[in-house]
Amino acid sequence: MEGFFTQSIIYLGAAVICVPVAKRLGLSSVIGYLAAGMLIGPFLLGFVGKEGKDIMHFAEFGVVMMLFLIGLELEPQNLWNMRKLILGAGLTQVAGTTILSAAVSLVLGLQWNQALAISFAVAMSSTAIALQSLKEKGLMQSAAGQHSFAVLLFQDISVIPILAILPLLAVASVQASGEHITYLDTFPSWAQTLIVLSAVGLVILIGRYAIVPLLRLVAKTRLRELFTASALLIVIGIAYLMTLVGLSPALGTFLAGVILAGSEFRHELESDLDPFKGLLLGLFFMAVGASINFHLISARPAEIFALTLLVMAGKFAVLFIIGKVFRLSAGQNLIFCFGLAGIGEFAFVLFSFISQVQITDKETTDMLMAITAISMALSPVFMLINEKVLLPKFGVRKETKQDADEIDEQHKVIIAGFSHFGSTVGRFLRANGVEATILDNNTDTVDLLRKMGFKVFYGDATRADLLESAGAAEAKILISAIDSPETTMQLVETVKKHFPDLELMIRSKNRFDAYELMDIGVNDVYRENLDTSIRLGKDVLIKLGHRAYSAHRSAQNFMKYDEAAMKELAAQRHDLKQYISGVREQIALQEELLRKDLQHNPSESDHDWDSELLRNSITGKQKNS
Amino acid sequence: MPKVLILFAHPRLEKSRMQKALLKAIPSDDRITVNDLYQSYPDYNIDADREKQLLLSHDIIIWQHPFYWYSAPPLLKQWMDIVLEHGWAYGQGGTALKGKFVFNCITTGGPRQAYSKEGYHKFTMREFLVPFERTATLCGMIYLPPFAIQGTHRITEEDLAAQASAYSDLLKTIIREERDPDVLSSYEYLNDMITEAKG
Repeated sequence: MEGFFTQSIIYLGAAVICVPVAKRLGLSSVIGYLAAGMLIGPFLLGFVGKEGKDIMHFAEFGVVMMLFLIGLELEPQNLWNMRKLILGAGLTQVAGTTILSAAVSLVLGLQWNQALAISFAVAMSSTAIALQSLKEKGLMQSAAGQHSFAVLLFQDISVIPILAILPLLAVASVQASGEHITYLDTFPSWAQTLIVLSAVGLVILIGRYAIVPLLRLVAKTRLRELFTASALLIVIGIAYLMTLVGLSPALGTFLAGVILAGSEFRHELESDLDPFKGLLLGLFFMAVGASINFHLISARPAEIFALTLLVMAGKFAVLFIIGKVFRLSAGQNLIFCFGLAGIGEFAFVLFSFISQVQITDKETTDMLMAITAISMALSPVFMLINEKVLLPKFGVRKETKQDADEIDEQHKVIIAGFSHFGSTVGRFLRANGVEATILDNNTDTVDLLRKMGFKVFYGDATRADLLESAGAAEAKILISAIDSPETTMQLVETVKKHFPDLELMIRSKNRFDAYELMDIGVNDVYRENLDTSIRLGKDVLIKLGHRAYSAHRSAQNFMKYDEAAMKELAAQRHDLKQYISGVREQIALQEELLRKDLQHNPSESDHDWDSELLRNSITGKQKNS
Repeated sequence: MPKVLILFAHPRLEKSRMQKALLKAIPSDDRITVNDLYQSYPDYNIDADREKQLLLSHDIIIWQHPFYWYSAPPLLKQWMDIVLEHGWAYGQGGTALKGKFVFNCITTGGPRQAYSKEGYHKFTMREFLVPFERTATLCGMIYLPPFAIQGTHRITEEDLAAQASAYSDLLKTIIREERDPDVLSSYEYLNDMITEAKG
C-alpha cells in the first residue's frame, strides 16, 4: 500500500508540475507528460524503475478508453459522410506506408513475413498525440484536422484485420511463446482468425442489445455515481472479453463506442469517462517517456535515431503525397503530415502481439519499441516546430478561423429541456435546417423523441462537464426550455461561469421568474405565457367582430408595451423589495402594472389610417371628445 | 355568366365611412366573391395557392382600396408580389390570367378635378394607375378604366349613398354582361358609364 502511495505521489506530482509548465510555454500537454515520464524514469531521476513496463500496461487502458470515446464521437452518419476521405486517404496511407516500409525492411535484410508484420505497425500513427494536439489547438474542424481524423480512423479500423492476419504470418508454432499463453493460443491459426472475428461480432451484439437497456435502467435510479460505475463496467468488461481471447481491448471498446454513438447516453458516457481517460492517457504518455530505453539508445544511438528519422521521413513522404492529391493547401498539408508522421501507440500493441506470435525476436522488438517511443516523443516537438517556425510563413492560423456568416448546423445550438416547449423550438429550428444538440434528463422523453428521429441526449444539463461534451464551448446559442425555474437558474449560473461566451435564450415560467433571470444578467428572457395569452386575446377580439388586422396590430403593440413595462418594473422592483417581500411583492407589482395600463393604452393611441383626423382638419372641425 | 372577384384591401376599415358603404353596397350574388385581404392575412402571410385558385375561378378582378400615397395599401402590393408568380401569371408559360378583366375601385380624399395636368396633383388618375395597368398587361389581362370615388374628405351623406349605389349598379351591369368590354374601355372612369345610363 505504501508503495502505491509513493508511486501515485511521484506520477501525479510529476504531471502536476510538468504539464502546467508545458502549457505555460505554449506546448501541448502530451509533451508535458512525456517530459514528466522521462524525468522520473530510471534513466534520469530514477524515481520509478522496472515497474515502468507494468505501469505502461496499466496505462494502456487510457488508450482503450480514448478509443471508446473516439468511437462514441463517430456517429454512423458522420462516418458515412466521411467515407471517401476515410477510404481514400486512410487506405492510401496504410497501404502506401506498409509497402514502402516493407520494401526498405527487405533491403535491410529482414524476412518477408517480418518485414510485412513490422510495416503494419509502422503504418500506425498516434491517435492520442495527433488528436489531443489538434483539439488543443482548435484545429479539428480545419481541413488538416478532418484529414488527420480520417486517416487515424482508418488506421484504427485496419488494426482489426491486421490482428487477424498476424497469426497467419507466424512461421513458428504459436504454443512456443512460454510466459503468456492466452486462451486463443491453444487453437490453430485458422481457428484463431475465426475466433477474432466472432469476438468482434459478440461485441457488436452486446453493444446493440445489452448496454442501452442496462443504461436506461441505471439512469432511472438517478444516481450519478452508479452511471459512472456502469460506464467503467462497460469499458472494462469489453476490454476483459477481448483480452480473454487475446485481442486488443482498444479495438473492442472502439467498436462498442461506435455502436453506442447513436444512443441517447452518448454525451453522458463521454463526460463520465473523460476525466478517467485524461488521467490514464497522461499516465500512458508518462510511461512512454519513462520506458524509453536510454541504455539501448546510448549503445546504438546513431542506428536508432537514423532508423527513427528514416521511418518518420518515409511516413511524412507518403502523407505529403496524399495531402497533395486531396488538394490540401501547403500549410494544412504540413499540419497533417507532421501530426501523423510518428508511430503510434497501436504499434506497441502490434509489436507485443508480433513478439508474442514470435514473428520477430526480443531484441528486434525492443529496438522497434524504442523507435516507436522516440518517434512519439519527437512528434509533438516536430508539430511545435511546424507551428512556430513553418506555419507563420503560410498564414495558416487565419485560414482556420470559421466564417461567421456560415450556418454550421452541427452543434451551433444546444437546447436544454425537450418537453413540450423545447420540442416545439426544436421542431421549428429543424424545419429551417438548424439541427440542435438536445439535452433532456427524462429517459422516457428521450426514448420517444429518438424514435421520432430527433438527436436527443440523456443528461442533466446543469452539469458543466455534460455541457462541455455537448459542445457548449463551440456552440453559439444555448436555449433553456426547462420547466423548473430552479433548474433554469442553476443552468444559467453554470453557463455564466464556465461558458461566458455562450449566448443564453431562456424560457421563463412567468413575470417573476423573468425578473430573477434579468437580475443575473440574462437579456433574452421568453415568458412562456406572454405570446400565447395575447394571441388568445387577439382571437377573442376577432370573434367579437374587430377587424383582424387591427387586432393583430393591437396585439403586437401590447406585447411591445408589456416587454417595455417589464424592463421598467424590473428596476422599480428593487425599491419595492426593500420593504415588502414574497407574495405581497408580486401583488404590488401587479398593481403597478395595472396602473401603468391605465396611463397608457397601447391600442387606444393608434391613429394610423384614421382619416377622421385629416377630414376634421380639412373641414376645420374640432374632434369632439 | 362572368364571375367577379373583389380583392379588398383596407388596413383600418373601421375608420373609413366610404369603404364601409361600398362594401355594404356589393350585391349579394353567387357570382361575386369578396376577398378581404387584411381580414384574411393580418400577419401578411398570404396563402398564394388559395389566392391563385380564387383568380382562376373568376373572370373579372377588382382591386378595391383607398388611394394611399398615389398607390394601394401595402398588403395589396404584397399580394401582387406573392401571387403573380413568374411562369404562372407572366413570363414564360405564365398564361393563367390571360384574357381576364381587371380594374381598380378606389377612393381618394381629393376631388376629381385635382387629378389632372392643371390640377393640384399634376397628373391624371390613369397616369397614377400606370403601375396597375402595366401589371395587368404583363399578365395578359385587359385593364379597364377605374371606378373612383373622389373628394371623400368633404363628401355628404347623400352623395356617399349615391356613390355606393353607383358601385352596386356597376357590379350588376358587369355580371349581367349588359355592356361590351370595348364599350367599358371607352370611358375615362367607369363611374361615367353609370351616370350616363341614369342620366
